[in-house]
Amino acid sequence: MTAAAKIAPRAASFDVQAIRRDFPILARTVHGKPLVFLDSAASAQKPRAVIDAMSRAFETEYANVHRGAYFLSERATTNYEAAREKVRAFINAKSASEIVFTKGATEAINLVAASYGRLALKPGDEIVLTALEHHSNIVPWQLIRDQTGAVIKVVPINADGSVSIDAFAKAIGPKTKIVAVAHVSNVLGTVLPVEHIVELAHKVGAKVLIDGCQGIVHETVDVKALGCDFYAFSGHKLYGPNGIGVLWARSELLDAMPPYQGGGEMIATVSFERSTWAEAPAKFEAGTPPIVPAIGLGAAIDYLNGIDRMAAASHERDLLGYAMAELPKVPGVKLIGTAQNKASVQSFVMDGAHPHDLATVLDRSGVCVRAGHHCAQPLMEVLGVTATARASFGIYNTRAEVDALVAALHKARELLL
Amino acid sequence: MSALAAADNDADDLKALYQEMILEHGKHPRNARLVEHATCTAKGNNPLCGDKLTVTARVLPDGTLEDLAAEGKGCAISIASASMMTEALKGQSVDTARRLFNAVHDLCMGKSDVAAAKALVPDALADQVDRLAALSGVRQFPVRVKCATLPWHTLLSCLDGRGEATTEKTH
Repeated sequence: MTAAAKIAPRAASFDVQAIRRDFPILARTVHGKPLVFLDSAASAQKPRAVIDAMSRAFETEYANVHRGAYFLSERATTNYEAAREKVRAFINAKSASEIVFTKGATEAINLVAASYGRLALKPGDEIVLTALEHHSNIVPWQLIRDQTGAVIKVVPINADGSVSIDAFAKAIGPKTKIVAVAHVSNVLGTVLPVEHIVELAHKVGAKVLIDGCQGIVHETVDVKALGCDFYAFSGHKLYGPNGIGVLWARSELLDAMPPYQGGGEMIATVSFERSTWAEAPAKFEAGTPPIVPAIGLGAAIDYLNGIDRMAAASHERDLLGYAMAELPKVPGVKLIGTAQNKASVQSFVMDGAHPHDLATVLDRSGVCVRAGHHCAQPLMEVLGVTATARASFGIYNTRAEVDALVAALHKARELLL
Repeated sequence: MSALAAADNDADDLKALYQEMILEHGKHPRNARLVEHATCTAKGNNPLCGDKLTVTARVLPDGTLEDLAAEGKGCAISIASASMMTEALKGQSVDTARRLFNAVHDLCMGKSDVAAAKALVPDALADQVDRLAALSGVRQFPVRVKCATLPWHTLLSCLDGRGEATTEKTH
């Protein structure tokens, strides 16, 4: 991704108003003001195509999957598996059997930590994380650390929110078995140098998990090109529904890994003496899966494939550059996270005003921003703050909405300071 | 409701929440320290937003709160609430503190008006209830109610010797 500092020219080919019309919720008002939704990094809004695909699935083709011998079940299974194939193509995975549907990215990471972690970790082995990880890429590793006697090493971040490849080189060593990093920081927007990290990790035989929740939203992801071993993301940040997440893993890893949960769907044979497992991905999808959310995610991918994603990425970079230029013009506002290589996520603080108070005042102007620790308390410690306000920009946001944020911040200053 | 009327209400709600007294206490909190030779202490925590505070008190054998302080990090509402709480209760009895807790809790939750809240506390504290009623602006902001009540829950934990209070259930 191009550096945010070099503000890209505005994408002429990208009709953001047409995109906005695809998202029904953007037409509503909040507290009598037009909705200015700047919290897509927490959960993105849904296009009509996703809403309709899910309604259609419920209204016309709903049944449990992989079970019934009847028409509807066959249709639901076909649609569910078609969604898997859409995900495969979207991230350029080798085979659809490498795509495991989970209830979210959190479950995907927990699956890898519990299953692969138990397989690979011995006492003294090292798990390498960074200081900017989301709690969901910290706590699962702590759980498996405590069960295996492994050790967690944390790669520090620089003052601007970037992570140096040198810092990874120092942290990754012969004892490293797993490196788990965000593709893009949910707080700072930093894009991590994942290809380099993979290279370093593979030199010592360690596997790499990428938490792609924020990464896949802002750029096209090719897991073959990235070279990583596991890539996890959620549907709801990718303009799809919540309740669906994806774990991509190399097939040889999925084959070697023990099941994460037991139940229906994941077995080959069951007797009270012993059971045998189905092959991946079914081995990791115990119980009735999130059928309609998977179909919704497939529809979100179709939607994204139908727009010019390069132009969308350029549009988001333009919004980020514009916000990074305009926000500091509000007296007392300081940007948090100014790395060269950033996605359209911007944290900030205002001197003398707590982020929660800011968010409350902004909300009454119709402006939705996230305030708090963003499920990254260790990062807040490093940054020396207890909370930040965060504006995140999706494909449907506009420069006028950045202006609305700035105007609301001026109002907040008047009211709070 | 017309958009314009809604806008007016919103401005009024915000002004009711961020009254001068709240902002002043938020910026210059009283008793934002640790009590020396405290007889009890409790940590308050809102894990959802990261707000943290420590309430310390020195309670005399006769049940008087000889000293009371609250120190921590949080939003204007929680800091102001903590500051006003210590100001109102320093020198009062533990029993009065419990009564005032109920009064403030009911005000913030929208369960009672100022008159009803006053009936819960000794007459001498009626003025304090008037002042603390400033916190009731959170009624119009449901997600902010916990900001106002966290210091008070932490105070109760402190007085009960429970050591900690949280806005969420933890294990």
